[in-house]
Amino acid sequence: MTPFVTETGPGVALPMDNIDTDQLIPARFMKRSRTEGYGEQLLFDLRHHADGSKRGDMALNHLSVPPMLLITGANFGCGSSREAAVYALVDHGIRCVVARSFADIFRNNAMRNGLLTVVCGDAEHSALTAYLSVAPGEAVTADLKAQTISWGQKKGFAFDIDANARRRLLLGMDELSETLEYSKEIEDFERRYLQHHPWIAPHFRGFPGRA
Amino acid sequence: MNAPRTIVQKIWDTHRITSAKGADLLFVDRHLLHEGSHHAFDKIAASGRAIRHPELTFGVADHYAPSRPERATEATVTMIDRLARNTKHHGVTSFGLGDSRRGIVHVAMPEQGLTLPGTIIVCGDSHTATHGAFGAFAFGIGASEVAHVLATQALWQTPPRMMRINVNGHLPPAVTAKDLALHIIGQIGTGGATGHAVEYGGDAISALSMEGRMTLCNMTIEMGARSGIVPPDEVTFAWIDGRPMAPSGRAWSAAVDQWRGLRSDPGAVYDHVLDMDAHQVAPMVTWGTSPEHVAPVTGVVPEGQTDALDYMGLHAGMPIAQINVQRAFIGSCTNGRWSDLLDAAAVLKGRQVRVPLLVSPGSEAIAAQAEAAGIADLFRAAGAEWGSSGCSLCVGMNGDQVAPGEHCASTSNRNFRGRQGPGARTHLMSPAMVAAAAVMGHVTDVRDLTLADMAQHTIMREARA
Ligand code: SF4
Repeated sequence: MTPFVTETGPGVALPMDNIDTDQLIPARFMKRSRTEGYGEQLLFDLRHHADGSKRGDMALNHLSVPPMLLITGANFGCGSSREAAVYALVDHGIRCVVARSFADIFRNNAMRNGLLTVVCGDAEHSALTAYLSVAPGEAVTADLKAQTISWGQKKGFAFDIDANARRRLLLGMDELSETLEYSKEIEDFERRYLQHHPWIAPHFRGFPGRA
Repeated sequence: MNAPRTIVQKIWDTHRITSAKGADLLFVDRHLLHEGSHHAFDKIAASGRAIRHPELTFGVADHYAPSRPERATEATVTMIDRLARNTKHHGVTSFGLGDSRRGIVHVAMPEQGLTLPGTIIVCGDSHTATHGAFGAFAFGIGASEVAHVLATQALWQTPPRMMRINVNGHLPPAVTAKDLALHIIGQIGTGGATGHAVEYGGDAISALSMEGRMTLCNMTIEMGARSGIVPPDEVTFAWIDGRPMAPSGRAWSAAVDQWRGLRSDPGAVYDHVLDMDAHQVAPMVTWGTSPEHVAPVTGVVPEGQTDALDYMGLHAGMPIAQINVQRAFIGSCTNGRWSDLLDAAAVLKGRQVRVPLLVSPGSEAIAAQAEAAGIADLFRAAGAEWGSSGCSLCVGMNGDQVAPGEHCASTSNRNFRGRQGPGARTHLMSPAMVAAAAVMGHVTDVRDLTLADMAQHTIMREARA
């Protein structure tokens, strides 16, 4: 996973609430494998007319360089747990999404793919949205070390982030290898657990403690 | 003395393996897979890892299962085949096409007795919350987490906030768990329970059947919640008892003994408590592109959401019951169960649909039951199409789609733009309400139809006398 420390790049505003994962990546693209990439399919039906031509009223369609940062409304990423919604953003080049709020599962998935999610207050949100609405593609900096978003001449705000998520993002850490360091704890737990909950495994072979 | 705990906190504590840096590593009792799990299998393959507990992992083909064999496409065949190959390779039991245990993951797994109180159940699907109906702590996860659970049978989690929703009194006639769920979403919004584990309580909840509880917990994700839970009771135990993969004999008695104690302590602390009155719930219909865009069938389309209304081709002030529909769908993990089919059948009996109605039963078992009981024939006689079991029109991955611009009365759970196909306009409602809409060709208060029925019966009875 690519670590996230500080990123500077074009920002774009998508001032809508409730952008769901079906919008981020429509279901018909879900059979793609990860190596094929999902970047082209990001927000496909919002970015295109029914005949496949690009919509003129979408700022995302007018950037010469793909955006690094996206700012959007409330409840971003609601709906399905499909991680491909995050793949689509990441493959499109987006490293940071700023929103009024996020859906839980989406936020989890984002963190596991090196995508920084930032929740900010009304005033900050309006300021950055206004800036990028007037000047789509202008540079914005997301600094995870300092926990700040900044743009233009000394404009910006600080944000809060869960300490665990911050650490993982900064290190680009693979969660699985970390967990495997607890193999002994997992084994001990399983043995104890099965003793107290013998009914968990009545029809299962091979569970520890059962012949 | 221990501090009083909620049922979710108790399940959490029982499953905590270890804690580190503000997160807990939790043991997973049941890990459910479907065709969408291919990313996770690819990750496992890339790192050359094995599945830690294949015997606690179960697969099922549902999202891409065609509702008729001739509707299978290259994509559906590939996806179902991939799941079969991956599960076989790792020694995981999976219900593929042709397996009588197959169905939508959140319908088939409870049916098989795999969903048990007090367990932690995860699946790469947001509607995993459904299993909370049994007093399980169940939640959806993404592909990276699926890979993590495959490899470790465990998951890092930070404790959710606790919300309690008490629903007092009783639901009026013809008002269902689906209406209650939509009513709550209408009250608190799609972000109203974000970050929370929702626990349901109150008379109206105790009175719900297991099917109704599943519908309610299923829709809890549409409030933004991580999970929904109904503490288990005798209704729960009776439903599970004797199911093929449920514990039996001594193990069953031991399990029920433990499950009887599985409830929140008096004095347990919730971050939010909501009290609702079941009497006030009416049949609900969504008019927009988010489940919170919802109103009673007796209401009107409200002002304000111009984007959504543009997409839906509706205007503010229009009575909900005047929305025309060109298509109808009964099925999904929300409302594809036996009692749902019965509710719809009661409306369709002796009537004809005016618009195409597709019925996709939640599982092969339910399909077989419906054939045996003559319910499938009742649907066919009413002019409905009886498809095989799967996610079907809920998500439009299996070849079934609503045409652009068409309004579809649907028992599913999401009315997002394009969910049922590009340009499709979805109206969520209960199975009986969908049946009524299919018969009339527009959104209809099912109570008008059934009351008219009763009146008709009275007239006929009086005429005969
Ligand atoms: S029926 Fe719909 S909501 Fe349920 S699992 Fe299938 S696609 Fe998801």
